[in-house]
Amino acid sequence: MAVAGHSLETSTGLDNRKLLMWLFLASECLFFGSLIAAYLLYRDRPGPNGVPIPPFPQDRAVNGVQYKGLFDIPFTSVSAFVLLMSSVTMVLALASIQRGDRRGLQIWLFSTAVLGMLFLSGQAYEFTNFHHEGLSLSSNLFGTTFFVLTGFHGAHVTIGVLILLSLFATTLRGKIGKEDSLKIELAGLYWHFVDIVWIVIFTLIYLVQP
Amino acid sequence: MTLAEYRKDRPETDIHAGPETPREAGSHAHPGPLEYVRIGLVLAVITIFEVALYYMGLSHDLLVVFLILLSAIKFSLVVLWFMHLRFDNRLFSQLFVAGFLLAATLFLVALSTLGGKLV
Repeated sequence: MAVAGHSLETSTGLDNRKLLMWLFLASECLFFGSLIAAYLLYRDRPGPNGVPIPPFPQDRAVNGVQYKGLFDIPFTSVSAFVLLMSSVTMVLALASIQRGDRRGLQIWLFSTAVLGMLFLSGQAYEFTNFHHEGLSLSSNLFGTTFFVLTGFHGAHVTIGVLILLSLFATTLRGKIGKEDSLKIELAGLYWHFVDIVWIVIFTLIYLVQP
Repeated sequence: MTLAEYRKDRPETDIHAGPETPREAGSHAHPGPLEYVRIGLVLAVITIFEVALYYMGLSHDLLVVFLILLSAIKFSLVVLWFMHLRFDNRLFSQLFVAGFLLAATLFLVALSTLGGKLV
């Protein structure tokens, strides 16, 4: 049991749940690092006959035929901005509960979940557009690696939104107080990690082009 | 003084910590909401600047350097301030940096040995 005003009584002096969360996030770095590397390795690989298979992420000419690129940078920039701002609302939710402000916690938690859902809606719109343009998991290696990478990221955001909504429901029942701020902090760590992964994806996959 | 004695007798310096919120060893008080909003504004400005750079028609190499630099700044701001690595126990930083460096090494080795291109 913890003693008021002193460090937690674990062998490290740290809360084991938080330590486990950081270990999990460290392992997630490897997971997303591998997926990003796979995308960069395979996005330009040609088909079996040595000819690149459309569609492509950017405008490109193949054998004299001009293909229009799929990426819509202004749209993705807005998505990236929305996710980035959700990190701000998440940290404000934590600051609220650390001050014992339950109302603030509810407002900021719900705002974060809404921004997360907005990001997911944008991703669904983008995926649908790409599908209409002929890109699928099996159309070419760009499609395979792109959908696997961004799909896994979207799955992480979805899990994050579910966690936020369940915490929000718990706060509505009045079951989260200042003493439970670690629960919000852990959810926040996960959410911020999802955000920093998108910071990397947005730059390396969307903005930086070969 | 043993480590256990230090933990037991360490003076409490966090004025915001209530009696029901025990502090982690080696942690400092987190910043307030205004500080978070300031960081959020900086992040927003950097993102707008990134997109503006993309359309400015800079040379490709220069653009890549700027974009990766700005992305690294955003990454660091979120990790240090929003995830509190700047204020929390160093063990958390060490764990995360170890995972990140391992991932970065794997990333660079995979790209260099399998013929991938970053830019």
